[in-house]
Amino acid sequence: MAKVTMTVNGRKVSGEVPGNRLLVEFLREDQRLTGTHVGCDTSQCGACVVHVNGKAVKSCTMMASEADGADITTIEGMAEADGTMHPIQQAFQDNHGLQCGFCTPGMVMSAAALLKDNPNPTEADVRHYLEGNICRCTGYHNIVKAILAAAGQDVSKIAAE
Amino acid sequence: MPKDSGIGAASKRREDVRFLTGAGNYTDDINIYGQAYVYFLRSDVAHGKINSIDTSAAAEMPGVVRIFTGADFEGVGGLPCGWQVTDRHGQPMQEPAHPVLAQGKVRHVGDPIAAVVADSLQEARDAAEAIELDIEELPAVVNMKAALQEGAPKVHDDLTSNLCYDWGFVEDNKAAVDEAIKNAAHVTTLELVNNRLVANPMEPRVAVGDYSRANDESTLYTTSQNPHVIRLLMGAFVLGIPEHKLRVVAPDVGGGFGTKIFHYAEEAFCTFAAKKCNRPVKWTASRSEAFMSDAHGRDHVTKIELALDADNNFTAIRTETYANMGAYLSTFAPSVPTWLHGTLMAGNYRTPLIYVNVKAVFTNTVPVDAYRGAGRPEATYQLERVVDKAARELGVDPIALRRQNFISEFPYATPVAVEYDTGNYFATMDKLEEVADLAGFEARRKASEASGKLRGLGVNCYIEACGIAPSNLVGQLGARAGLYDAATVRVNATGTISVMVGAHSHGQGHETAFPQVVADMLGIDESMIEIVHGDSSKIPFGMGTYGSRSLAVCGSAMVKATEKIIKKAKKIASHLLEASEADIEVKDGKFTVAGTDKSVAWGDVTLAAYVPHNYPLEDIEPGLEETAFYDPSNFTYPSGAYCCEVELDPDTGKVTIERFAAADDFGNVVNPMIVEGQVHGGIAQGIGQALLENCVYDDEGQLLSASYMDYAMPRADDVPFYVVDHSCQTPCTHNPLGVKGCGEAGAIGSPPAVVNAVIDAIQSGGKNVLHIDMPLSPQRVWAAMQD
Ligand code: FES
Ligand code: FES
Repeated sequence: MAKVTMTVNGRKVSGEVPGNRLLVEFLREDQRLTGTHVGCDTSQCGACVVHVNGKAVKSCTMMASEADGADITTIEGMAEADGTMHPIQQAFQDNHGLQCGFCTPGMVMSAAALLKDNPNPTEADVRHYLEGNICRCTGYHNIVKAILAAAGQDVSKIAAE
Repeated sequence: MPKDSGIGAASKRREDVRFLTGAGNYTDDINIYGQAYVYFLRSDVAHGKINSIDTSAAAEMPGVVRIFTGADFEGVGGLPCGWQVTDRHGQPMQEPAHPVLAQGKVRHVGDPIAAVVADSLQEARDAAEAIELDIEELPAVVNMKAALQEGAPKVHDDLTSNLCYDWGFVEDNKAAVDEAIKNAAHVTTLELVNNRLVANPMEPRVAVGDYSRANDESTLYTTSQNPHVIRLLMGAFVLGIPEHKLRVVAPDVGGGFGTKIFHYAEEAFCTFAAKKCNRPVKWTASRSEAFMSDAHGRDHVTKIELALDADNNFTAIRTETYANMGAYLSTFAPSVPTWLHGTLMAGNYRTPLIYVNVKAVFTNTVPVDAYRGAGRPEATYQLERVVDKAARELGVDPIALRRQNFISEFPYATPVAVEYDTGNYFATMDKLEEVADLAGFEARRKASEASGKLRGLGVNCYIEACGIAPSNLVGQLGARAGLYDAATVRVNATGTISVMVGAHSHGQGHETAFPQVVADMLGIDESMIEIVHGDSSKIPFGMGTYGSRSLAVCGSAMVKATEKIIKKAKKIASHLLEASEADIEVKDGKFTVAGTDKSVAWGDVTLAAYVPHNYPLEDIEPGLEETAFYDPSNFTYPSGAYCCEVELDPDTGKVTIERFAAADDFGNVVNPMIVEGQVHGGIAQGIGQALLENCVYDDEGQLLSASYMDYAMPRADDVPFYVVDHSCQTPCTHNPLGVKGCGEAGAIGSPPAVVNAVIDAIQSGGKNVLHIDMPLSPQRVWAAMQD
């Protein structure tokens, strides 16, 4: 057991964790932040993406102890305190970028990281960046569209809508 | 004109806010105070005799609450099969027992042998490692044709063979079909494999069992598409818990695609163990576990023959299919290769004679059952591939050959027992040619060729039978349940409405689309209406969501219940307005006396219903709540035409999807945004099947594709933006909304388009390749091009 302390969505939290406690388990089970999801056991689906010190990380690939002292943002930390959604979240709703919602937290967190590095991505940039995020519902069409819209691009001409 | 609310409006989804902010409530998000965790010890061999299971050391391990084995389930029912198929000779299918935990034998990799309940998952897993198993490995059967050979190892010793059934449809047509094929001017034959797939909803399955000694009530929280079906099957057939003591809750569910229809061992186990241990018991599948325990899909091997006369009219179709059932019969497995497949073999075409033979086979693999489309993709794939091959053999245009044979008059009774109510296959094909820009293809092909690539165009049509289904009909066909649905419309005193529905939403957006319908009928704002689903203690007995049935069946029940509400509300309004009931009209949230300006607001009528001071109590009861059950009179028949354009690198065999277009006829559309999203998702799954996905067993029955490292899921850069159109609308004639269902179309219509396109690309490069089995991986395509 080791004591870990980190900032999660702006709040300092700490806990005693065994050495093999994954960050995603610490978030979901110890912190009850269940917005971060687990969709695989081979770190390939991206449902668990959070930001660790501003970088997108698959929280199933990191030990909670490795995140000691880190600044973490999860999907629960994306909207404003009054509930106003982040522009990326809003773009997902406006463009129907989600269906069952299971991949969505990871998609939003990945999209946020992409737009931070590359504020004006092409369609190909978005598709390439989402390599580590699987969605089984949307066929990606509206996810890519939502991310381009969140980047301020005109998506009204995409395909025949 | 696009509307901004009600039927036809692209209303934004209200469920999105919770999913986008991390506030969804999926089953794994549920944690009950004091819960224990279960770990299933699963077979790592495909076939074996259990000599002994020694749990004594494991039981002493820290944190262990109790260890269960098959012996604990003696006297408890097995997992039931919900559909009995009758074979060609009038005999019932062979139906093996399916114990919750293995008894005597293990029959596939992943078959659960023992279950450890412990204070933590880690402790449960550690203890499972200490269980001593003596399993004598037996030879496994994996290949279906080998499984049917004399002397093949038997998956179930108490059955006569590995043949579940040998089904012929329509058996009385067989001689005539044989004759027509013998006398045909041309016969095109194609042998193909419909590859085994894993549905892979992104949320793995989860079950949490809870039990209250105080009132002897069991609750199961589960990742299900149909909580009432699970309550019925598990309560009545497995655990013997009466309905009123069993509650099944399917909260937010992260995708289903069919694989969450079925009743699984883990659900029964957690419910059973919670009572035995008097503690909540939770199980969450890992993805690896999902691969070896979720029912798989497809896995058909088919030979199809299409006969044509000298004028290229289709005269007969004969098929022979081997359908893999896996090691046990999953809930609806027997219906998929038969009634959901054979009945669709007419497709969009006037073929007067059809005979379908299906041999369903037990093998030492995970059970196979419905996956998005379920039988209909298999039918469409064969038919649309063989038509394309026929066009090539005859040197005619594949679209022209299709058009020539289209059914053009409705209703149309097929030779395979179903009657299409409406459709217009010419209209969807015309629309497809337009939106896919077929006219521009040759220029695009030239551009591809200029850069050293081959370009191919593939087109196909599809028809599906949705809105499953008329109960009396499916009863005759072997269903052991009714397939109606139900809705309760509860109007509150202030006029807001809760609609409790039997359908379940796991991505389809019912919480948004269903209120659009009720709002339209009453002329009130959508936001006044909420949908309640997923909890057997709150909703009427409905059969859930699959087979593109939610709006067509449950939506119809909702319309019927709302009609009853309107009828009663009119009575109340006529009393308040002192007018005749027959003169009352409902519009814009008001009840008006026709031809006058006398009206009473919706809210005043609803208030009167609950505060009945000025109220016709002698005629009607207070309150405003109505339930309706709706049993459809026929299936619905969505149809459409799809087009795929691929580029193929002849040096590597790599295929890229350059363009994909779909023209669907779903009848009336309630929310076009949601409908388009459904088609997008289906297309991606179809592209996945055609190019990427393959569930593979080796000869010993080891599952080789058991993680996302080996099972290739479509990713964002495997697919393009799609062009989808649903403007061709021939409304369904027999349900009140005129809707047909859109959930499976994309997955049904897309695989043949992709394969047809790849064959076209290869042919354009001068190689006479006529077929490659899915998935069309670079090595398969490249190898085919070398011959
Ligand atoms: S759960 Fe982390 S990548 Fe799948
Ligand atoms: S919305 Fe369901 S997995 Fe992406």
